[in-house]
Amino acid sequence: MSSGEPPLPPIDLPRLERSLRHPRSLLSALLSLMTGLATLVACIPLFSVLLMLLYRGGRSLSLASFTELPPAALQAGGGFGNAIVGTALMVAIAAVLSVPMGILAAVFLALLGGDSKLAWAVRLTAKTLAGFPSILAGVFAYAAVVTTFGGYSAPAGGVALAVLMLPIVMLTAEQAIRMVPTRMKEAAVGMGCTPSQVVCKVVLPTAMPGILTGVMLAVARAAGETAPLLFTALFSNYWVVHDGELRWLEPTASLAVLIYNFSGSPFDNQVEQAWAAALVLVLLVLVVNVTAQAFSRKQIRD
Amino acid sequence: MASPLTSADSRPVDPIVVGIHSGPRRSETIFDRSFRGLCYGSALLTLVLMAGIVYQIGYRALPAVERCGWGFITSTRWDPAAEEFGVLPEIWGTFYSSIIALGLAGFFGISIAVLLSQDFLPPRVEGFFKHVIELLAAIPSVVYGLWGIFVVIPWLRPIAGWLHEYLGWIPLFGTSLSGPGLLPASLVLAIMILPTVSAISRDALKAVPIRLKEAAFGLGATRWETILGVTLPTASRGLFGALVLGFGRALGETMALAMLVGNSNQLSISLFSPANTLAALLANQFPEAGEREEPVLLYAALVLMAMTIAVNLIGAIILQQTSARFGGVLDEQR
Repeated sequence: MSSGEPPLPPIDLPRLERSLRHPRSLLSALLSLMTGLATLVACIPLFSVLLMLLYRGGRSLSLASFTELPPAALQAGGGFGNAIVGTALMVAIAAVLSVPMGILAAVFLALLGGDSKLAWAVRLTAKTLAGFPSILAGVFAYAAVVTTFGGYSAPAGGVALAVLMLPIVMLTAEQAIRMVPTRMKEAAVGMGCTPSQVVCKVVLPTAMPGILTGVMLAVARAAGETAPLLFTALFSNYWVVHDGELRWLEPTASLAVLIYNFSGSPFDNQVEQAWAAALVLVLLVLVVNVTAQAFSRKQIRD
Repeated sequence: MASPLTSADSRPVDPIVVGIHSGPRRSETIFDRSFRGLCYGSALLTLVLMAGIVYQIGYRALPAVERCGWGFITSTRWDPAAEEFGVLPEIWGTFYSSIIALGLAGFFGISIAVLLSQDFLPPRVEGFFKHVIELLAAIPSVVYGLWGIFVVIPWLRPIAGWLHEYLGWIPLFGTSLSGPGLLPASLVLAIMILPTVSAISRDALKAVPIRLKEAAFGLGATRWETILGVTLPTASRGLFGALVLGFGRALGETMALAMLVGNSNQLSISLFSPANTLAALLANQFPEAGEREEPVLLYAALVLMAMTIAVNLIGAIILQQTSARFGGVLDEQR
């Protein structure tokens, strides 16, 4: 039917297929290659850290690591059981101090404060604290707790860690509370709930996975912190409970400070203990982090 | 009209209905008031805590501030016996190591962010790497320090020795690396802030509206012409914010530096000479500080606090402006 029409003139199509002979696509491919290489190079140290931890830490890790006290110079064997207990104790103190306060302040920021000046100032303060050098939290706890109550102690370390945990708990909880669907809050108000009942019975249970994510991340951060403990909790070669009584108002051991102290040790056994402690600490922190990410997947989003 | 307590045919009604009519009970009102008070109090307590930190450090540093004045920041002498203190080498070391770390972490971090945000990889692989980066940010700094002592320094020493021998006339390589020094510290610092920089950069690149990229592709741009010409410039503020926040982290980082930098109170441009930073000075000297040195160290803490708060505030403001700038475009897309 179109046989009567003249044939269409051939269209001069540019070559559309990609060829590396074109300088433009060659440049693009080269840049892609470079980015890939840069990423690989950046991965080398990170994998080196993990491999060294597994190799040197795994070599000296044993059951005794968890049950025995740190070895003295030239002493063989030993472990860091007291440091694990100390870290757990101080992180627990820090969590008791910072988690309730952080969640309550987050409720204020997300629901009650609105756009008030106070909410603005609190949010700015929390963001400032989130980027705060950890050593300054230690200096603060030293000045506020150690010099006031006269002595290095687990609570002083706990206060220092709480300062670092508070902004993480507060800012993630605020985000989680903001994600609670408005219609759920409105339904609760419609049923005659007071604002506090809306928060306690609807908002907080719904936002709980997100809040727990923040708490876990804060715990992971606190467990690994060294600088705030250097001159608040110091270190101890004994168990928290020794001679039959709880001695938490005395210097307390922690994993992080043990790694720091033993890293510069001239004695091989102590260095090996430092590597084993580092492996335990990293595993602890990673497990808590992975749990936190699992919680964050459960969060109901609007 | 019938009273709310009786229905139309005068029979008593369900007490629950009465409860709704009569508003919240007294106990509920008291709970409501006190809970809201608690929230309000916690928020205020955050401000009190911040003020307490500034007060505690500032007040106890006061004797040193009065005695040393501005000379503290410009003097290079640290002589407890003569009661002369200056932290210029520490300030120099803090900035020098942070800038080297930022240069490295910026280049590699943004490369990773581009690779993980510009559809180079399938979404599942991208998500996996995002989680891995988040996990790496969680490794404690003391572990990086330990790794630095036993891996980075032995690895760097022959390289540094060669550079010093053949290129020693360049001031950067003016001394040999005898152990701890500025370069190993900066390298480890770069590795530590890399996750921060790449995670925030990735968020910034992801926030660039897809329409802009599609327009560039439609005009015939190659993938990298789009990235260099459209995506990176559009996200530049966010990238800058990521760098500033990474810089803030580097300034305040303590343990890895205390373990690797060498704690030597000297002002040197050489990459291999031992140096010191403010945070490392605090970590090393504070536990053994006598009454005379304590206010001086708190003064150093005050300087460090001022530096990091300034840098972090700048970073936060830049990031906030970025989200305000693209907020409209992004909302439209949804």
